[in-house]
Amino acid sequence: MSGVAETAIEILPRRRARMSLLGWIAATVVVLCLALAVCGPWIAPYPAGTIVSQTVFGPMTWAHPLGIDYLGRDMLSRVLSGARYTIGVALPATLIASGSGTLLGMLAASWGGAADQVISRAMDTLISFPSLIFSLVVVAALGSPAIVLILTAAVIYTPGCFRIVRSVAVGINETDFVAAARARGERNLVVVLEEILPNMVAPILTDFGLRFVFIVLLLSSLSFLGLGIQPPYSDWGGLVRENIDGLSQGAPAVIVPAIAIAILTVSTNLLIDSLPGRKVANYGG
Amino acid sequence: MSGSIADKGTGDAKGGRRRKAGDLFLLRLVLRRIGVSLLLLLAVSIIVFLGTELLPGDVAQMILGQSATPATVAALRETMQLNDPGWLRYLHWLFGLLSGNPGTSLVNGMSIAELISGRLANSLLLALLTTIVVVPLALTVGITAAVWRGSAYDRVVNVLTVAAVSVPEFLFATAAVLIFAVRLHWLPALSYAAETDSLRALFRSFALPVGTLSIAIFPQMARMTRAALINTLGSSYVEMALLKGVRPVRLVLRHALPNAIGPIANAIALSLSFLLGGIVIVETVFNYPGLAKLMVDAVSTRDVPLVQACAMIFCAGYLLLVLIADIASILSNPRLRYR
Repeated sequence: MSGVAETAIEILPRRRARMSLLGWIAATVVVLCLALAVCGPWIAPYPAGTIVSQTVFGPMTWAHPLGIDYLGRDMLSRVLSGARYTIGVALPATLIASGSGTLLGMLAASWGGAADQVISRAMDTLISFPSLIFSLVVVAALGSPAIVLILTAAVIYTPGCFRIVRSVAVGINETDFVAAARARGERNLVVVLEEILPNMVAPILTDFGLRFVFIVLLLSSLSFLGLGIQPPYSDWGGLVRENIDGLSQGAPAVIVPAIAIAILTVSTNLLIDSLPGRKVANYGG
Repeated sequence: MSGSIADKGTGDAKGGRRRKAGDLFLLRLVLRRIGVSLLLLLAVSIIVFLGTELLPGDVAQMILGQSATPATVAALRETMQLNDPGWLRYLHWLFGLLSGNPGTSLVNGMSIAELISGRLANSLLLALLTTIVVVPLALTVGITAAVWRGSAYDRVVNVLTVAAVSVPEFLFATAAVLIFAVRLHWLPALSYAAETDSLRALFRSFALPVGTLSIAIFPQMARMTRAALINTLGSSYVEMALLKGVRPVRLVLRHALPNAIGPIANAIALSLSFLLGGIVIVETVFNYPGLAKLMVDAVSTRDVPLVQACAMIFCAGYLLLVLIADIASILSNPRLRYR
């Protein structure tokens, strides 16, 4: 389990202090995707639910650049409107996972002792579920309203963030300036928030990006299995599923939303990978 | 976990200590690691069981439908032992699982053991074929990238694997179908041929699922192999060998690789645990009659006992792979042997 962290942590060759061109391109794409989540439906050429064509699974044309879906709707509009369901569920889930993982990790590191042991063992238990299997069990019991999806993804990815944060925070906790703050008589929470947290913003942000990628992939997979966001709302994974019958006809409607997911996740990951000063690459759960 | 356990052995161990005592120590470490896995599996089973407790509404009512009379519902509750306290039902369920009798499906009343057995074999076959394909490929790419680290080749491999790690499996699956089945007509699209009498038929029905799964776990495995070998290549004894003029091929194969085998075995086992996510998608896309497809269908029909049994098998498989990974890293640490 912690073998993940052990072997996957890798000291990369020292990077240039500035971000690479690839990094800048990735950053632009990520920002564009986030913008789509806000204003996607407004810039879509047609309302997402309207049937605009008689041809089902139509090819890419000038009028419909991304083709036609299984009901004759414009795929470009469907994808633009779907962005907010993909990102709108994944982002809060990542915020909760990253926030709780960071807080628990720092507290566990600063408390040490039995409390640290209890929290760490609880996280070990959570991490011994394969993520998709865990969410399948939850969805089987509770169905898949958005709030259940958000909380499930948050619970699944809290331990990963916890481990990284805890391992970094243990080191910071032993530095002189933390000892000085404790000697001044600062309360533990103050030490954690004012001394430890500001010194680990970079790893936390990096980890946030990775968790976001994992959560987008998990939620898309669930939607693809028909167990994520339910119709009439369709996120990108759901768009792939509803058009899967067009696969044997080579319809663009199947592949386009899958590519949209890949563009979002790959550029997020490349952005993290090219951040200046990034030293640790972890691809564990 | 391996980290904390393994670290205890890296203290001031000296090579001259008796070997036998070291072996005993190692055995204790491994046994303790197996014990931890069993405890985790127990904890996992409790969480999985809580799934039924969380189920809104009455299971008996759900099976019988809205039109059932209260008397029949009460009778079914009695036969399903739903009136027992939760912990008793948990123990009942757990011992059922252990004795190979995980109960009956809520949807069609069939024995879960019967539903699962054939499906499990199919999934294991798929996983085995994927392992055979992906391990040599990933090792080759990982090792070469580590040897030529910093080169253009290494950078290309790095960018491609970072990208591929974050691509959803169903994109690989649908793209493979579009290219090989729809455009090129080399392989059948979404059909799975049950009769695999000839080698060619076997290849035709397994090429796309195995190929997709391999692509899904390849980047992870190649990256971790590279990282494991680079750690060894950075050590001072390798630098020493380099300085005294050992040829590069011999340096990697004779000096670095033997010490990297443990971490690499660890990397392979951990990457294989990523199969579990991929296999759910791949079996669904290709309509492959495996355990994961059974589980996804069971989730759609809210067949909770069947979901629980499948989940336990997957979690046990996952924990087993992680256990193998950790034992590989314990056994490969020579400092633990002389203690």
